[in-house]
Amino acid sequence: MLERGLEEKFYVLNLGPQHPSTHGVLRVELQMEGEFIVKADPDIGYGHRGHEHMAENRSYLQFLPNLGRVDYLHALAYNQCYCMAVEKLLELKVPERAEFIRVITCELNRIASHLLWIGAYLLDLGAFTPFLYCFDDRENILDLLDRVTGSRLTYCYYRFGGVPRDVDDDFLAGCKAFARRLRSRYRDYENLVNKNVIFLERTKGIGIISQEQCVKYGLTGPMVRGSGIPYDLRKCEPYSAYPLFDFDIPVGSTGDIYDRYMVRYREMEQSLRIIEQAVDKIPAGPIMAEKVPKRIKPAPGEVYTAVEAARGEFGIYLVSQGDTTPYRLKLRVPSFGNLSILPEIAVDTLVADLVAILGSIDVVVPEIDR
Amino acid sequence: MATAAHSVSVFGMIAGLIGVMALVAVNALFLIWMERKVSAHMQLRPGPMEVGWHGAIQTIADALKLLGKELITPRDVDKPVYLAAPIVIFLPVLVSFLVIPFSQNLIIRDMHVGVLLILSFAALTVLAILMAGWASNNKYAVFGAIRSVAQNVAYEIPLLITLMSVILMVGSFRLTDIVAAQNRIWFVFVQPVAFILYIICATAETNRAPFDLPEAESELVAGFHTEYSGMRFALFFLAEYTNMFIVAALATIFFLGGWRGPFLPGLVWFLIKVYAIIFLIMWFRWTFPRVRFDQLITLSWKILIPLALANLIVTAFVLKLV
Amino acid sequence: MTSYVREILTGFYSLLAGMGVTIRYFVKPIVTVQYPREKLQMSPAYRGHTEFVLDPETKTHRCIACELCARTCPSQLIHLEGVKVGKKKLPSKYVIEYHLCSLCGLCVEVCPTQALQFSKEYRLAGYSRQDAVIDVFARMQAQQRRLGWPVTPIPEPQPEAEGEAEAKPKAAKAKAAAKKAEQPPEAEAAPAAPETPAAPAEEEKET
Ligand code: SF4
Ligand code: SF4
Repeated sequence: MLERGLEEKFYVLNLGPQHPSTHGVLRVELQMEGEFIVKADPDIGYGHRGHEHMAENRSYLQFLPNLGRVDYLHALAYNQCYCMAVEKLLELKVPERAEFIRVITCELNRIASHLLWIGAYLLDLGAFTPFLYCFDDRENILDLLDRVTGSRLTYCYYRFGGVPRDVDDDFLAGCKAFARRLRSRYRDYENLVNKNVIFLERTKGIGIISQEQCVKYGLTGPMVRGSGIPYDLRKCEPYSAYPLFDFDIPVGSTGDIYDRYMVRYREMEQSLRIIEQAVDKIPAGPIMAEKVPKRIKPAPGEVYTAVEAARGEFGIYLVSQGDTTPYRLKLRVPSFGNLSILPEIAVDTLVADLVAILGSIDVVVPEIDR
Repeated sequence: MATAAHSVSVFGMIAGLIGVMALVAVNALFLIWMERKVSAHMQLRPGPMEVGWHGAIQTIADALKLLGKELITPRDVDKPVYLAAPIVIFLPVLVSFLVIPFSQNLIIRDMHVGVLLILSFAALTVLAILMAGWASNNKYAVFGAIRSVAQNVAYEIPLLITLMSVILMVGSFRLTDIVAAQNRIWFVFVQPVAFILYIICATAETNRAPFDLPEAESELVAGFHTEYSGMRFALFFLAEYTNMFIVAALATIFFLGGWRGPFLPGLVWFLIKVYAIIFLIMWFRWTFPRVRFDQLITLSWKILIPLALANLIVTAFVLKLV
Repeated sequence: MTSYVREILTGFYSLLAGMGVTIRYFVKPIVTVQYPREKLQMSPAYRGHTEFVLDPETKTHRCIACELCARTCPSQLIHLEGVKVGKKKLPSKYVIEYHLCSLCGLCVEVCPTQALQFSKEYRLAGYSRQDAVIDVFARMQAQQRRLGWPVTPIPEPQPEAEGEAEAKPKAAKAKAAAKKAEQPPEAEAAPAAPETPAAPAEEEKET
């Protein structure tokens, strides 16, 4: 065989920015040898909108709608994190009913996010039909959330000190009905997806992430739980009303794609449990804290708050200099950290595996780009 | 059987050709509509509803749209090959129709080696896909083409072997003979394993999900026809659906007793059986995820070929004993 | 050997189970709505674009042109002018650039007189950005006309800067504007996703 230069042995394949399975505008530059990947290099920033900078140019309240656009799939967790940060600065106490409403809506949103992920992920693997079953279920959540938040995506619902619109009994009954409905569908999902031999072949033993790697790359959310580390902020650093509820943290064992899938799948059940308990126990009372200042002008100081979003730990670091606008607002988004492991686990896999791995990370690209 | 077919006149040939062309077009239109409806109802939605009765002529509207589209030829393609590929993929498809017995007398040319003709021409499809992928000068397209070649080579073997076990029972390559041999019992009951293997291989041969690797859209965008647009793309599409018809027709002839059936005329029975098989193949597509490429090859070499061979050997033994 | 056979059989069975699910759904009734023929009822909390609340007592809007909403709006899309009429201040122009609206609801919540509400209008489509500019005042006048209530005229500004306008031509103009504002949503039945009109440049990315 002739000696060839490196350039000829490998070739470059651009996966994206317009590719069916990059979920938005992500580009992965692949160095390939045949169908095997030698090097994968994610290229981000196509959807950069400057959210952090926007925060520095508007009042605290005016930044609220932006949060729904950072991660549009679990917008309510982002709403909550920001509200918690400002509430901490203002030393506001959120009434209990508002906390319960936040938990219920946030968990519904989490299920919606996971359902969408499951559907989209199966689409990546080439199965079209589960996608629409998931959307059928998700539609029910959107209808429910629509009733209280007024929107179906990009929610902007929580306010500093509470929530602006109370839930009614119909909504609570709807939550319970939804829990029943989703549970009745588990069997179909299991038969159609979870036990399917092709699905198992595609996911088991692929994209394994060890626990050390999880820690090294700062992974959070289902990525780290899939590898067997029960790290969930709702349990580790409880916030809002979560300590009042009884729920488990599903973890995987090997850290492959299948485990991550199962973690998300089983998390839906845990979220249902939280919702049911919250619906049963929701107290009466105000939904807005008293003495929410008309002009939000926190005293100088800095806070960091974090919530467990569907994709992992979402944190906000907020610095106030006693002005009406934040001095600095830093978003710690889970997808960014989670994507950083891709170059390491993608090596020596096939293109089809790369698509499966990329999907299993569950990236929301606008969130990475911010 | 079918002695008339030997004296084919020129007139008969031309009439047959026109008939085949019409059948190909109508069949593709119907199959696309059927696929849309099947997928839609499996996914709890109605599918096309607006153009015609339940969207029946939606496909015609789409075909007209495709006809009106600009034919884009990318700058760096290998032009002669690029242009020839859509036509080449269509030829074997047409030839196969020559030997398919739609009913007792409705057959253009009843050849001694009907099965072999269909299978050998079906192998030409790979050539067209390879041409399309290579000439497109697109990495995704080349991927699709290479996959397609490997896949078809791997699946033609079990396909032939499974059919062999039926041919062994009949003792003839002539399709009409095979149908005639099923006058007592359909071979699907005699050879269930062969039938299942045949359906799997046929799905792979026609590049249908879960074996649609040459055009796996979530990996390879559109695979070998990424760079084709307008009517050229439509020709690939047409060929895929016609191929489906052919493999389903073969399944009908080999396992479901061809045109045989009570009350209704033979042609109707034949078509009912063919579309039932096609429904089955569509059903696969809308249920399963796609297999990975190496798994596909493993499946063929480690499971399908041994099983097919075992089936063939058992058949031979039983035939010897009886 | 046995494990080989068992693997094949369990795999085969799992595939059949999956096919069982899809065929069951195949015969179930569909769940989608054929949009232009059937329409869904929007939920009571649905956020369309903002509009004036018609007070059943005074039969007009409640806005006092305090400009709080315009100043709160994160996208600065509310263009509002007020004039002094006697002691009270009244809006003479209230226009929103709906294509920039993020439907956050801050304007509705901040209003001291609860003069704003969300409309249930979701069938909006247009050919240019200009089509998304909604004259809230004219819309209210059209509503009043439909209800047979007295139509609130656009208040006369005190300073003479805008001169040429008299009460009547202005009302006629408002009428025309109202027509214009009303027409596009009705005339163009092109399906508009309820969420998408907001800020096309940045928000909803496909998944
Ligand atoms: S809903 Fe929000 S963005 Fe829209 S006009 Fe009101 S304040 Fe502005
Ligand atoms: S906040 Fe209310 S009263 Fe003030 S200008 Fe806006 S709509 Fe009018």
